[in-house]
Amino acid sequence: MFLWFHKLGSPPHFYRIAGRWIPWLTWIFLLLLAAGLYGGLIEAPPDYQQGESYRIMFVHVPAAWMSLFIYVVMAVCGAIIIIWRMKLAEVVLISSAPIGASFTFLALVTGSLWGKPMWGTYWVWDARLTSELILLFLYLGIIGLHNAIDDKRTAARAVAILALVGVVNIPIIHYSVEWWHSLHQGPTVTKFGKPSIHWSMLLPLLLMALAFQVYYVLALLHRCRAELLRRERNSKWVEEL
Amino acid sequence: MSHRLSLCQAFVFLLRRDLLLALRNRAEYAMPLLFFVLVITLFPLALGASPELLARIAPGIIWVAALLAAMLSLDSIFRSDFDDGSLEQILLSAHPVAVLVLAKVTAHWLVTGVPLLLAAPLLAEMLGMPGEAQPVLLLTILLGTPILSLIGAIGVALTVGLRKGGIILSLLVLPLYVPVLIFAASATENAAAGFDPSAQIYMLMAFLFLSTSLSPWATAAALRMSVS
Amino acid sequence: MGDFFQMGGYAMFVWPSYALAALVLWLNWYLPRKQHDRELRLLKRRLKAEHK
Repeated sequence: MFLWFHKLGSPPHFYRIAGRWIPWLTWIFLLLLAAGLYGGLIEAPPDYQQGESYRIMFVHVPAAWMSLFIYVVMAVCGAIIIIWRMKLAEVVLISSAPIGASFTFLALVTGSLWGKPMWGTYWVWDARLTSELILLFLYLGIIGLHNAIDDKRTAARAVAILALVGVVNIPIIHYSVEWWHSLHQGPTVTKFGKPSIHWSMLLPLLLMALAFQVYYVLALLHRCRAELLRRERNSKWVEEL
Repeated sequence: MSHRLSLCQAFVFLLRRDLLLALRNRAEYAMPLLFFVLVITLFPLALGASPELLARIAPGIIWVAALLAAMLSLDSIFRSDFDDGSLEQILLSAHPVAVLVLAKVTAHWLVTGVPLLLAAPLLAEMLGMPGEAQPVLLLTILLGTPILSLIGAIGVALTVGLRKGGIILSLLVLPLYVPVLIFAASATENAAAGFDPSAQIYMLMAFLFLSTSLSPWATAAALRMSVS
Repeated sequence: MGDFFQMGGYAMFVWPSYALAALVLWLNWYLPRKQHDRELRLLKRRLKAEHK
């Protein structure tokens, strides 16, 4: 098992294995997406208070979860880069950044569109929205810094440090709705004990969340493969392709 | 004769050197302070000098100006050392770089943060901030400006080798500064309205301890990367 | 059916959200693939030039 993992760390192996996984993951993603959309848009009943507008939740919440998850993945890669200088970790970190930024952007905009009918305003400067916005800036900072440094291995170390320093923002975002009185809804799914959301809505939500997870891996693999080709264009294994 | 310095002596040496350099370049270091005062005076000019409005937003104005002045002054932490090669010497020394970094950041704070502390009461008066809030304002500046120097040092260390480093520096450092801004301004506003600011003050203290213990390491790692 | 599209009057908010999500997902899939194929073509051309 460990040997397989170790082999995965080598670029040519990763490239090949990723190539084989991609078709499977694509199908799994499409299946989960279809199930989630069906459950969320058609099966689930309208909400008692919010009517039909709550259905935005099925993209907004998974997007927000992914925005946090991907940043944590990047921070872990950052630690790996600093301690072991593993090439694959560098590729995963920089490939994850645009995906994470996209999800953060999606979470912010869908949240805005949900907030307008619910709270009467597109934006409010409460703790969760503000810290999510800061997360977007952190992602953009990482992408910007990586672009600014020419030598990509040095650039990887720089963004690794930045990712690690910024990771304090993640618990702030997550707990912000508990620490501050906030307009944003409190935790309903990750509460210990029974979550206070009905199963007919929870199931599509979890399906969509899982679909987004699979999608992240899928998009990541595509990006990593492209990035690997670009970085290793002068090496033997690329020529042998 | 052995020239081996103890860690403490190295710290003091670097601190004194930076302070001396700052003293000799007084004009360069006066600029962030001047910027601070100028930015604050812009607000009454732009918003109309209505006393109630100014008094209400005074904490926010002062802190945004402090943030911008801190960012402006960050470049001076490592740039001149980078340019003349002393940064490499610091990295090559036998002492842990994180401690030496702490010395440089302390010098930076003494030169750029403390003047803000001295100028703030006058500016608070000019903006009409209620008297009860001023001690809290000074406390937030006392706690907050070292945090700005410490976190800013990480950003400078990451970008000191880049050509357009200054612009990227702002993009990197501002998101990290935002929590300090939020708590400091909120503490002062609470005090101005007569409420208890201690929760926010404790958060600032926590940030200060956190950044003092962790940021020198991050800065050292970033410097090693930048100089390589 | 019309009900479904109306989304209880919230159509203006719900459908753009889903559309944006679809766009984001599609772009993050399409752009890396295009990049990858472009790289591959470039490398093939270079190899051919070297072997001549």
